[in-house]
Amino acid sequence: MLSNITSCKYLEKWCAALDNNEHYQKFKVYRDKILALGNDSLEKTIAIAVSLCLVCAVLVSFAAVALKPLQVGNKAADMKKNILDVAGLLEEGADINAAFSEKIEAKIVDLETGDYVEGINADEYDQRKAAKDPAQSVAIPKDKDIAHIRVKAKYAKVFLVKEGGVIKSIILPMHGYGLWSTLYGFLSLDADGQTVQSINFYDQAETPGLGGEVVNPNWRALWKGKKVYAETDQPSLEKGLITEADIGEPALSLIKGVVDNTKPGSQYQVDGLAGATLTSTGVTNLVRYWMGNEGFAPYLKKVRTVKGVKS
Amino acid sequence: MSAILNDETKKVLTAPLVNDNPITLQVLGICSALAVTSQMSTSLIMALALTLVTAFSSAAISAIRNHIPSSIRIIVQMTIIASLVIVVDQILKAFAYEVSKQLSVFVGLIITNCIVMGRAEGYAMKNPPLESFMDGIGNGLGYSLILIIVAFFRETLGSGKLLGIEVFKLTKDGGWYDPNGLMLLPPSAFFIIGLIIWGVREWKPNQVEKVEFKIMSIAHGEGGHH
Repeated sequence: MLSNITSCKYLEKWCAALDNNEHYQKFKVYRDKILALGNDSLEKTIAIAVSLCLVCAVLVSFAAVALKPLQVGNKAADMKKNILDVAGLLEEGADINAAFSEKIEAKIVDLETGDYVEGINADEYDQRKAAKDPAQSVAIPKDKDIAHIRVKAKYAKVFLVKEGGVIKSIILPMHGYGLWSTLYGFLSLDADGQTVQSINFYDQAETPGLGGEVVNPNWRALWKGKKVYAETDQPSLEKGLITEADIGEPALSLIKGVVDNTKPGSQYQVDGLAGATLTSTGVTNLVRYWMGNEGFAPYLKKVRTVKGVKS
Repeated sequence: MSAILNDETKKVLTAPLVNDNPITLQVLGICSALAVTSQMSTSLIMALALTLVTAFSSAAISAIRNHIPSSIRIIVQMTIIASLVIVVDQILKAFAYEVSKQLSVFVGLIITNCIVMGRAEGYAMKNPPLESFMDGIGNGLGYSLILIIVAFFRETLGSGKLLGIEVFKLTKDGGWYDPNGLMLLPPSAFFIIGLIIWGVREWKPNQVEKVEFKIMSIAHGEGGHH
């Protein structure tokens, strides 16, 4: 009966072989016996449930396994694209993998000491996975957890853009809670560890059109040239979303409305997102957290010194 | 077309568009209609995914309908639907990564979409596979039609764009259109779907439900104690 399905010779041969197989014949007899049972008999109910589960399990596993390489490739390419984008090196139509391996160097940083960690393959290290592994992460004390992320990986993966051996940009990963979702992104800084080049959020689920505007290129362009750390004490902002910053502390924040560039302190301020106060506060907090002592401040301090970062 | 399709197939394919639309008449599948319609591109992918899942799950369920034990009927349907949804989700992640990122959990939530379940239980359990497949396509198209209409209004009025291409120049970019933020939030889909249902029932009054009970008028006695 099976051989009627197709005229393909090989399949026909295969079907004939199957029909002649004694195990298959036994199976057929058994199958027909089960199918002939009343639908509500216990045997048939169990047989149908088991065989349906088997068929579905095979289908789902096949799809998952067969498509896995493509999905992993997509994810990796997307991440590289975002890093190139925040470094200002993304060119339309260029080969992302080639551009990435040519221009960008990944490094692992110990967040506590600010030194580079050797002995870990930076290309394979996954900071998001490490944050979920109790052996590779630390809990954040509640009073310091302004980004609302509860745990952080001990080691962070940073990216450096070098030209002729000189650092051109430092790309730092950061994440924190907005209104609905955890926002994941990168901040790229000049070699001074102080001046912002660009910001980019690659994973977020804020309200489209409001908080979701964190991905808007026009808004992201406002970050260029802003300073991260306070060079003089910064007061709590009258129209601001957050509190003061002393010298050397991260002062960068989003304010309500539009920044007046003539006012002192405007170098630490970025326009808040219209209609998205909670997302704006979340962005301020996550930037301040990751640029603070809990985050990359020890590392950036070492970057700025003559001796540089120990490895 | 009529040579290939018999009357039943034609009926199940076209009726769900307006006369028996799953959203406007049966008011099913509202949850995802609210969630994904702030952009046309996500709506189109969601519509395609739901149409395919409904069609193939109806066909599969119909093919084994005579052997499904009634005691585990719903579980059997759910297993088939869930497996297909996972496959669709995996395919999107492999071939349309950007869109799958935007749709996030909503593809997975097709499993709980009442339209898929409704067609399986209401049609596929009683009809042959080909008709069930067509019925799935038809209902998927009915759902798609409403999603596209809603997304059209939400994206143009909410962000001045359609499929990401600028339609109205926004005031923040120096244009004239001040976008309506409400359109980007899920409640706006309620308003639009409500207006569509109103319009359709004005056009086809037979879709209006009969009133199940009437409030008794005191003037006609019975109710009052004098």
